[in-house]
Amino acid sequence: MANVPDNLHYSKDHEWVRVDGDTAIIGITDHAQEQLGDVVYVELPKAGESFAGNESFGSVESVKAVSEIFTPVSGEVTDVNESLNDEPEKVNKDPYGEGWMIKMKMTAPAEVDSLLTAAEYEDFTKAEE
Amino acid sequence: MLRQIGVSSTENLFDSVPGDLRLRGPLNVPAALSELELLKKFDAMADRNDAARRISFLGAGAYSHYTPTIVDHLISRSEFLTAYTPYQPEISQGTLQAIFEFQTLVCQLTGMDIANASMYDGSTAMAEAVLMAERVTRRSKVIASSAIHPEYLDVAHTYVQHAGIELQHSPYGSESGTTSPDSLTGLDDKTAAVVVQSPNFLGCLEDIQALSDKVHAVGALLIVVVTEAVSFGLLRSPGACGADIVVAEGQSFGVPLSFGGPYVGLFATREKYARQIPGRLVGEAYDSKGRRGFVLTLATREQHIRREKATSNICTNEGLIALAATIYLETMGPRGVAEVAGQCTQKAHYAARKISAVEGFSLPFSAPFFNEFVVRAPVEAAPLLATLARERGIDGGITLSRYDASRPNDFLVCVTETNTREQIDALIEGLKAFSQ
Amino acid sequence: MISKVTTHISPNEQLIFERSQPGRAGFSLPPLDVDEAALNEIIPRQFQRDDNLSGMPEVTEVDVIRHFTRMSTWNYSIDQGMYPLGSCTMKYNSRLNEKVARIAGFANLHPLASEAEAQGALQVIYELQQYLAEITGLPGVSLQPAAGAHGEMTGVMIIRAFIDARDGKEKSAQRRTMLIPDSAHGTNPASAHLSGFTVKTIRSTAEGLTALDHLRELCAHGDVAGLMLTNPNTLGLFERNIREICDIVHDAGGLVYMDGANMNALVGVARPGDMGVDVIHLNLHKTFSTPHGGGGPGSGPCCCTKELEPFLPVPRVRTRSGSDRATVFTLDFNYPQSIGRVKAFYGNYGMMLRALAYILTHGRDGLREATEAAVLNARYIAHGLVSDYEKPFASPPMHEVVFTDKKQSRKGVHTLDIAKRLIDYGFHPMTIYFPLIVSGAMLIEPTESVGRQELDQFIDAMRSIAREALEDPELVLKAPHSTRIGRLDEATAARKPVLRWKPKQSAAESRSTATS
Repeated sequence: MANVPDNLHYSKDHEWVRVDGDTAIIGITDHAQEQLGDVVYVELPKAGESFAGNESFGSVESVKAVSEIFTPVSGEVTDVNESLNDEPEKVNKDPYGEGWMIKMKMTAPAEVDSLLTAAEYEDFTKAEE
Repeated sequence: MLRQIGVSSTENLFDSVPGDLRLRGPLNVPAALSELELLKKFDAMADRNDAARRISFLGAGAYSHYTPTIVDHLISRSEFLTAYTPYQPEISQGTLQAIFEFQTLVCQLTGMDIANASMYDGSTAMAEAVLMAERVTRRSKVIASSAIHPEYLDVAHTYVQHAGIELQHSPYGSESGTTSPDSLTGLDDKTAAVVVQSPNFLGCLEDIQALSDKVHAVGALLIVVVTEAVSFGLLRSPGACGADIVVAEGQSFGVPLSFGGPYVGLFATREKYARQIPGRLVGEAYDSKGRRGFVLTLATREQHIRREKATSNICTNEGLIALAATIYLETMGPRGVAEVAGQCTQKAHYAARKISAVEGFSLPFSAPFFNEFVVRAPVEAAPLLATLARERGIDGGITLSRYDASRPNDFLVCVTETNTREQIDALIEGLKAFSQ
Repeated sequence: MISKVTTHISPNEQLIFERSQPGRAGFSLPPLDVDEAALNEIIPRQFQRDDNLSGMPEVTEVDVIRHFTRMSTWNYSIDQGMYPLGSCTMKYNSRLNEKVARIAGFANLHPLASEAEAQGALQVIYELQQYLAEITGLPGVSLQPAAGAHGEMTGVMIIRAFIDARDGKEKSAQRRTMLIPDSAHGTNPASAHLSGFTVKTIRSTAEGLTALDHLRELCAHGDVAGLMLTNPNTLGLFERNIREICDIVHDAGGLVYMDGANMNALVGVARPGDMGVDVIHLNLHKTFSTPHGGGGPGSGPCCCTKELEPFLPVPRVRTRSGSDRATVFTLDFNYPQSIGRVKAFYGNYGMMLRALAYILTHGRDGLREATEAAVLNARYIAHGLVSDYEKPFASPPMHEVVFTDKKQSRKGVHTLDIAKRLIDYGFHPMTIYFPLIVSGAMLIEPTESVGRQELDQFIDAMRSIAREALEDPELVLKAPHSTRIGRLDEATAARKPVLRWKPKQSAAESRSTATS
């Protein structure tokens, strides 16, 4: 059973958001990494790039699949988890911790409210199966 | 079997094909030929290919070279010949290890970091390199030297015509026969790549190092094309001269002329572009007991996963021909490859010296060359070469007018280690008849 | 019971680079017979290599023979038995065809030899074009494309060039949508993209056929340039509405491209040209039995209607009457509307020789009989496995059949495991996880080159694995057990790719790199 921490916000594209002031820390969920299997490569944007909400900002590759990842909120990228270049397996091992992907300065922090809660996301993934 | 699966007749196997779409009668194809009849028919057609029996000085992208006998023997083994693409590594290690060796050899020859499992041929490899440069740089202008094989340029044009890439041509020097860095007039920070061939279509060696400096100054990539792969045995590698992508036709490595194919495209680049390379890649891998094996890797670049976003549409490549090249290179070894390249150079220069001494004949280009060079005749080249073939059984070269009408008297001569001194002297005797 | 194979010893063999011994070589060349010039005078120093090609292997001829012979034993091949890769048509490769391709008059022929001196070679191209036109019912043929995907690209570019000419550039720019069913091979969307089209995906019905209502909906916007359809499709089912499908696309102003990967189900039985298809590619390395060579060479001829013929790649091989009324074969470059060249020279000529030999040795009856046997064999397998594996589409298949792992996955045994276990039974696995629309797909294509005895062995093996999946799933999950290596760690291989051999650094060298 996939881990869904209570204190995070979730998108229907299986990204999570941790809010820290006006900064959003973004990664993919435990459920998403389980579906993908062994992650072998993560393609991320550069700090300074801006994205609208629900825009593709990179991709995650397993041996035989590639999935795009989408911004749950809009804003400017302030930091990127460069360590995933060398150790993409962190996405599998610790999707909510060391496997984080980008930090964004949100331009519309209220967007977070329209994301799913942990309980809603759990229901959503169950319905998808 | 029909009865067992509950089908009453062979025709009923095709019940899902609507009746009005089914053929009423047999195909308009002759009745089956026996083995003897078939060989007779093909032998008769082969006999009509007079050029296959001539003393030949034809090159321009397809070359006659010595091939060790074991090359054809080994590629004819069932296990290599009749295997599919190595999708199941546990029962395809023979093919996979051979490709890994091929990739390594291509890197060693070109001076690059990584190479793929092969492309269709040199011309399509060059077109793919242009597309890759656009992906890497996200720029859309590509400048190609006019001294690239004209058929390669045609293929590149076809490939890029709908890809939003503007393909410009840069002229070669009419005296040098090479592409001067100063001739790259369109080169700017919107340029994705510059493409040059060396030795180029006219046989001349390009100054890759000088071109590389100029190209890199604007952040563009340098793509180097090689049609005569034997030249790697003697010439400084494109990688050592600063190339970013090297593509080559590998036919010279133990592959028969076979009227133009199948050949094999070599494709090599820098490690940092590994995820942008087209085609298949084989990498090292280990099983749970720590045993080494090889496997197709970085497959997410490819069409079967990324579909329209793939780095190329290529699927089947030239596996068996890449194997032939691998066996050739391993049999020849560094000394053999260098010896062949050295003999080609010496014989071609011997021929060039002798031809330029024939009254009325000259060499129009001044740049150093490897084993091909352009000869300017005192008369039109096409009838001259036809006469040589008819009267002396010599195919003396390829008329440049085939590709460029403004050069009626020029023809391209190629000399390899397979041409004996006697043959070269016979060519020169033949040319003397046209001396003016 | 594993009946087809017994394990035996498998030789070990290093990489050739690890076997290298300085001073060894396997070549033999005569000494130079011309006056030698000083190298620096003819090739300036700056153009010369200075690395002595170091790292290239130094081995003898016997070393090379043993190296590749040992490695070859690690491969499965058609000559060992059934190779049931769906959509790959792994049929027997006649050695007679190999002999034909090696006749000196073809093998030693330079592609730029004059037409007059290459008449036999041009005749081969011309005759093969005629037969492929007859087999497909499409009269315009180019043999230039080097493989299936290359033929697809050619076909799609022809569609684009035709629409540009028909509608004018401006109007044509509004037609940039290529429709592709969700069951299609990945090369289809990749080829469409290369030709500047945007791909829209058509759904398949529960029956496994193209959804006509969805097709109509997608065709309603005036932006459709064409449809790329595989028929029989990748589920092994004949698109019985093909006429109607072609009509819908034609009425919307588009053209129909057929992926001919599955022509082995149709040769001598039905012709794409009669179905309304405008352009098709064939795979000589599938339907016409040229060997697959561990990943090529292939050959992907493109066949089209009379209307599309002016757009085919150049040069084209034509005939004219010679002085003594004999037929003369010529290369014709004069097609101003042509999409251009897709390859230097004329295509993978060696494959054309083999394919022509295949057609001529089969003859009109043999070609049809091969199709019948290919379909019969697939139907026999469908019948033999239907009680043990889920067959997601009820209709009887043509030349290939798709099953899934649905019954086995309840025990945690998936398609990959079944495929790997099949190796222990002495068979090459089927195509797995394709088509993408069928979860856990296993696509099985036996071809006509398998006899009943081996079909029965295959069915027995598959049924036995189904039993193992229930009774001893671990056995299947850890398969294969009989191969020289087990399942490889592909994730690590992709994370830190090692794509070439490199000499081991000596301790002194690695120290100096570390400090530099």
